[in-house]
Amino acid sequence: MNIELITFIIFSSLLIFTSIKVITSSNPVLSAINLVFSFFLSAVLWLLLGAEFLSIILILVYVGAVMVLFLFVVMMLDINIAKKNAAYIKYLPLGIGIFIVFNILIILFFINTFENINYNAISSINIISESNTENLGFVLFTDYILEFEIAGLILLLGILSAIILTYRKNPNNKYQDPARQIDVRKKDRLKVIKGLKE
Amino acid sequence: MDIIFYIINTVISILTVVIPLFLIVAYVTYSERKIIGFMQSRMGPTRVGPSGLLQPIADVLKLVSKEIIIPTNASKGIFLTAPMLMLVPSLLVWAVIPLSELFIISNINAGLLFILALTSLSVYGVILAGWASNSKYAFLGSMRSAAQIIAYEIAMGFALVGVLMLSGSLNLQVIIQEQSGSIFNWYWLPLFPLFLIYFIAGVAETNRAPFDVSEGESEIVAGFHVEYSGMAFAMFFLAEYMNLILISILSSILFFGGWLSPFQGTFLDIYFAFVPGFVWLSLKTMIFIFVFLWLRATLPRYRYDQIMRLGWKVFLPITFFWLTVIGILIYLKYLPL
Repeated sequence: MNIELITFIIFSSLLIFTSIKVITSSNPVLSAINLVFSFFLSAVLWLLLGAEFLSIILILVYVGAVMVLFLFVVMMLDINIAKKNAAYIKYLPLGIGIFIVFNILIILFFINTFENINYNAISSINIISESNTENLGFVLFTDYILEFEIAGLILLLGILSAIILTYRKNPNNKYQDPARQIDVRKKDRLKVIKGLKE
Repeated sequence: MDIIFYIINTVISILTVVIPLFLIVAYVTYSERKIIGFMQSRMGPTRVGPSGLLQPIADVLKLVSKEIIIPTNASKGIFLTAPMLMLVPSLLVWAVIPLSELFIISNINAGLLFILALTSLSVYGVILAGWASNSKYAFLGSMRSAAQIIAYEIAMGFALVGVLMLSGSLNLQVIIQEQSGSIFNWYWLPLFPLFLIYFIAGVAETNRAPFDVSEGESEIVAGFHVEYSGMAFAMFFLAEYMNLILISILSSILFFGGWLSPFQGTFLDIYFAFVPGFVWLSLKTMIFIFVFLWLRATLPRYRYDQIMRLGWKVFLPITFFWLTVIGILIYLKYLPL
């Protein structure tokens, strides 16, 4: 038993536990929080493989940004705690079917490699330096530059289309034009009236 | 045996950072009250100890001895974990902060990324605290704060990309060493707009005035921590001041040469050679902390839509523009200096 294996077993079993909690907890906010935990635990697994860049990016992007927005939306909902049993039993046969198929596939795929996981697979890659941040950057901007740029464009398109779908110009909108607000001078607002007697 | 020694060594180095940090936080609150008092022609705390110097200790005792009230219908587990979620990331970041040439708890290669990832986590404490308290004001405060933190985090991240481009490393020690030479080799000069954006975004990230809409005493009582009392509130308080010190120390590390002496490269360098790097770092950090307090005493609270506009429509385009400029300058070999 080396220390990597012990850490792997602890964190992967915790990961399985939190993942199950994501789908079983009746409160959507608790589900989201458990998803956050499971992202964390999988980041630890990445770290164990020596992929420090990917693991920190997983936390930065998924935990720091995506899940915050998730929680944001979930909290805004009027939460009706889902009634137990009702939905579970209906979908149980389908769920078990998918579970069995997927597990067979995963076991078939990993049956040979599971015995001898190479913990140094990622950290042993040495293209230009020892840090895998630099290696990843180097590969992304040379060999995979086209794919990288296309991914960027697709994301940009996603942002634009989301804005177009949701943006509606409301004529009654009380929008304040910052340029006009700044442009206000004293003589526009103040009027000194002379000659009034008390 | 080796591993035991390693663990003891790590625990000691953590304690050498954390215990002074708590004391510093206590006296930053004191200096805040004194400095703002001075700026507003008041005395500040004077009663406890000589010129009020024991006031922070009295405050701590008061907070410890108070009862933690949990509202009915609050989600109890989350209500109690939210302050911890706020405090832990802001303590954890100190692991990668280089305090001098030699002293850093863990000198990791991805230090800057680590800091970005952890500072993005503090928003959870705010959101969950607001939601779990089951109160309108707390919820409003946390919603405001979440939107604000997301908006400013992006500008902040881009401002750090500039530092990354010039230093070519994510390691904070390397970033400081790359700035050595003279005061004009520090990154504040080529990255001046990014430095301003980083600092202002830092003020917004820590929910300090003038960006304290998540607390907004005049509108929503105290925002996300309105239902908290005793130690639970103290943890929010600690986290806020720790983040304040963190942003100050990061500004001085990333843009003002960290523990480097400001007299480097001049004839004065020899006379100041005896001063340890930690002193320079603390002095720079204190200046930034002072600016934080100064801002709070001077500026009124921003209107919420203007905060959003500033983050998305002003800061983000400026960072994009300046990163392009830096890129071109690096390509033409004018930078790094």
